[in-house]
Amino acid sequence: MSKDKTLGETLQERGVSRRSFLKFCATTASMMALPPAMIPVIAATLEKLRRPSVIWLSFQECTGCTESLTRSHSATIEDLIFDTISLDYHHTLQAASGSAAEHAREEAMQENYGNYILVVDGSIPGENNGYSTIAGISNKAMLLEVAAGAAAIVAVGSCAAFGGIPKADPNPTGAVSVSDLIKDKPIVNIPGCPPIPAVITGVLVQFLTFGLPELDQLGRPAAFYGNSIHDRCYRRPFYDKGLFADSFDDEGAKKGWCLFKLGCKGPTTYNACATTKWNDGTSFPIEAGHPCLGCSEPDFWDAGSFYKALSTPTEDIGKTAVYAGAAGLIAGAALGASLRARKQSAVKNHERVTIDDLDQES
Amino acid sequence: MSGPSFERGYNALKEEIDAPTAAFFSSCVHCGMCAEACLFFTETRDPKYTPIHKLEPLRKVWKQEYTFWGKLGKALGLSRPLTDQDLADWESLVYDSCTLCGRCSMVCPVGNDITYMIRKLREGMAAAGHAPKGLIDATKRAVTIGSPMGVKLPALQAQIRHTEKEYDVKVPMDVEGAEYLCLLSSMEIMNFPEYIGSIARIFKKAKVSWTLSSQAFEATNSGIQIGVSDIAAELVQRIVDVAEELKVKAVISPECGHAYMAIRWDGPNLVGKRFNFKVVHILELLDELRTQGRLKMKDKEARKLTYHDPCQIARRGGVIDQPRNLLNMLADNFVEMPETGKMNWCCGAGGGVSSNERADDLRLKTFARKKAQLDTINVDAIVSACSNCRIHLEEGLEEYHMELPLLSLTETIAEHLAEE
Amino acid sequence: MTDAEFLLWVRGPAFTTATFIMCAGLVIRFLEIFLLGRKADLAEARGSAFAGGFRTMFKRSIPDAGSFERSGFTLVSGYIFHIGLFIVIFLFVPHILVFEAATGLSWPGLPSNIIDATNVVTMIALLAVLIHRIKDPVMRMLSEFNDYLVWFVTFLPLLTGYLAFHRVGLSAPMLIGLHILSVELLMVLFPFTKLSHAFTLWMARWYNGAIAGYKGVQS
Repeated sequence: MSKDKTLGETLQERGVSRRSFLKFCATTASMMALPPAMIPVIAATLEKLRRPSVIWLSFQECTGCTESLTRSHSATIEDLIFDTISLDYHHTLQAASGSAAEHAREEAMQENYGNYILVVDGSIPGENNGYSTIAGISNKAMLLEVAAGAAAIVAVGSCAAFGGIPKADPNPTGAVSVSDLIKDKPIVNIPGCPPIPAVITGVLVQFLTFGLPELDQLGRPAAFYGNSIHDRCYRRPFYDKGLFADSFDDEGAKKGWCLFKLGCKGPTTYNACATTKWNDGTSFPIEAGHPCLGCSEPDFWDAGSFYKALSTPTEDIGKTAVYAGAAGLIAGAALGASLRARKQSAVKNHERVTIDDLDQES
Repeated sequence: MSGPSFERGYNALKEEIDAPTAAFFSSCVHCGMCAEACLFFTETRDPKYTPIHKLEPLRKVWKQEYTFWGKLGKALGLSRPLTDQDLADWESLVYDSCTLCGRCSMVCPVGNDITYMIRKLREGMAAAGHAPKGLIDATKRAVTIGSPMGVKLPALQAQIRHTEKEYDVKVPMDVEGAEYLCLLSSMEIMNFPEYIGSIARIFKKAKVSWTLSSQAFEATNSGIQIGVSDIAAELVQRIVDVAEELKVKAVISPECGHAYMAIRWDGPNLVGKRFNFKVVHILELLDELRTQGRLKMKDKEARKLTYHDPCQIARRGGVIDQPRNLLNMLADNFVEMPETGKMNWCCGAGGGVSSNERADDLRLKTFARKKAQLDTINVDAIVSACSNCRIHLEEGLEEYHMELPLLSLTETIAEHLAEE
Repeated sequence: MTDAEFLLWVRGPAFTTATFIMCAGLVIRFLEIFLLGRKADLAEARGSAFAGGFRTMFKRSIPDAGSFERSGFTLVSGYIFHIGLFIVIFLFVPHILVFEAATGLSWPGLPSNIIDATNVVTMIALLAVLIHRIKDPVMRMLSEFNDYLVWFVTFLPLLTGYLAFHRVGLSAPMLIGLHILSVELLMVLFPFTKLSHAFTLWMARWYNGAIAGYKGVQS
């Protein structure tokens, strides 16, 4: 596949119809909440696009993000989009190995220095290089080296974006996110464990079409992470009516009532799951009857039990109250005794009041 | 050390504060509803008459002496300690504009017994020398002469002689072994001597064994009104001594509200021991005689009557049904005032206010509340059972140009007693 | 601190601390009052102090007719915001879950939008109460810093609750976190301000009713 062909040409070669391409553009536009008038703009920009070089670095990760992207139910236009970028380095997907692989990375960096896109999945371990190295190069060193020549960085998955599971308490490797290390490049976070494939490609499309997307305070593209799961959830009406499943197999669960009581993190989780869904729009966790884990939010692994309601304290309040009551009893008894003594001494100090003690003059 | 001092007053307040006081002050949310329950506020609309506000000095002592944060604040100099000037500033609020009527205590949504605390605050005020002159003088007379009005035994004896002649009855004096020891208030001796004749006639008809005492005939207790328990206890002790000496079964409190409070409810607590005799209000006894069929009427009162509940007898004393039973026996046309019984409005002169000349104008001003109540029912006469209420109500009626007879319930019953 | 970390902090250590201070503080305050003691009444009882105290504890929630006439605004606004607070605090399902987590007790809640509407009504009533406090001569004279502080910390959770429910302005974790934090502020101040009247009024009413009941008066 030549690097010189435009995306339009490649798609034509592959026999993708204009209709399905426009449909993809329309879907992407709607996900980004763009008006329909923008669909031709997206299509025209994408068609003219020459394949940009992409370097994909995988650090402390589980390959779930790559799996999410590639293990789609059937071949989709997203796959094709991916074919049309020049994925010059990706451990899992590239054929080359060993020094040849590293050579490919260096070559791509040299050829496109300042212009390539760096995609990262996985978090970066701390000072001890032993935790994760590639070809003898520590993750941190490789990230800093590749990031230096990147036009922009896309942190795919919660690990790259926020540190993710490797960073979970007690964070044995001292894992950090990409944005913890790189401060001088535009970084787009696409959190999720894993992220929705359509969101990954959507962000890439947005990036290629309009440049750096509008980001929220956590560096996430506002177009995909602008709404909480809760606000877009089809079970929301049950929440509003106060109808909740109390357990996973009760009447409420069978009737598809709200999963808030079972620990659903939908209200504090910003992602497109409830609208885009997974597996070609088939379903998403809540639809499958399981509360949202909040996997695309920072520190989701440590944000209290997955199965404890969001409004509840994370620690044992009942026990605290009992201890507090006991402490209060001791302190209160001591205080009360001192006040009693104070009163007793006032009683002792009492001087009998007679009629001679009433007049101020006397 | 003799004479009043701020230290003695402060110490007295420290002695008085107890768990209820602390619970009350802790609970007050400053809603202001007690103001609307107080006739000194409703008739003046002056916020300073808000009942809970009258307790500010006591609250300060509670907070600074009996709460952790208050003590801390005082130690750190964050809150100003109570001063003698504070007590001086509060004197008129605590004595002139509170009759201890207890209406605010019925209305407070968090249940504060404000009256209970005013009584306590007076203990400190008096010890610090901030009691009103009128009350001090009355108290001195009560202790030295035996009556706040200075009524001496010869005056009573003269009234007795007069009564015995007029009604052809015997008024027993110092009879050992009598069932009942009857107490009087000086006001009855001086202003309403008909009372003596009335009970003498009623007791004769009902065959009640009773006596007066030459040693302790005065029922009222200035010590309570001024707020000196030591003096109040001394006055109660005189009655206790006589009651024990004469071996009576019960002591009868006369038609006087505060006297009833003093001997019935405060008495045992003041002298520090349970009485070995009972204490009844004259209305309680009369109602008991009624139920026993010992009270026979020759005719009924034709006039339309209403009843003014003396606060210390009704709201603070618990004698509410008895006067109504008696009035229904006595009259066909007995009507209640709006807000009656335990919610009745004070006449405006109780709690020592009537002994305090400084409060005279204010006292008459508050009569407007009673007038408003009376205006709604249009009666021919008011009946009450407290000579202090009677004196003040008569003054008020005159001040407001209302021509309405004021009757004593006991006297009215005596007038309608069936002949043999 | 990220929004998520903040939410975790208010749900974790901050909530535990607030709970400890509130519970220990209430017990201390109770003992501070109760241990001052009260002299036994030596007068012969006419009625039952126990029955009187018990009765007044509940009866005092229903004012006499005269008070309704004279203090109508105070009573009606007071009723509205107290009942509103009760509904919002105890009948919103996410709140019930907090009580369940602490005590193991649970009860049915109301639909969330009814809670939302109640919240708005409660806030309006509280604002009216504040204006009344400032305008009414009696209340203005009685009021001190404590009264306004108490008003503020009561109003704040309602406001933050409203903002969190409607997701106004900030991120959901931040809004929910601020809401919980405002409740924690309320909890911490609870034992040491007028807020404690919610507990001490039962004692006050008890004493009032017992003193009156002993004399045979139903107060």
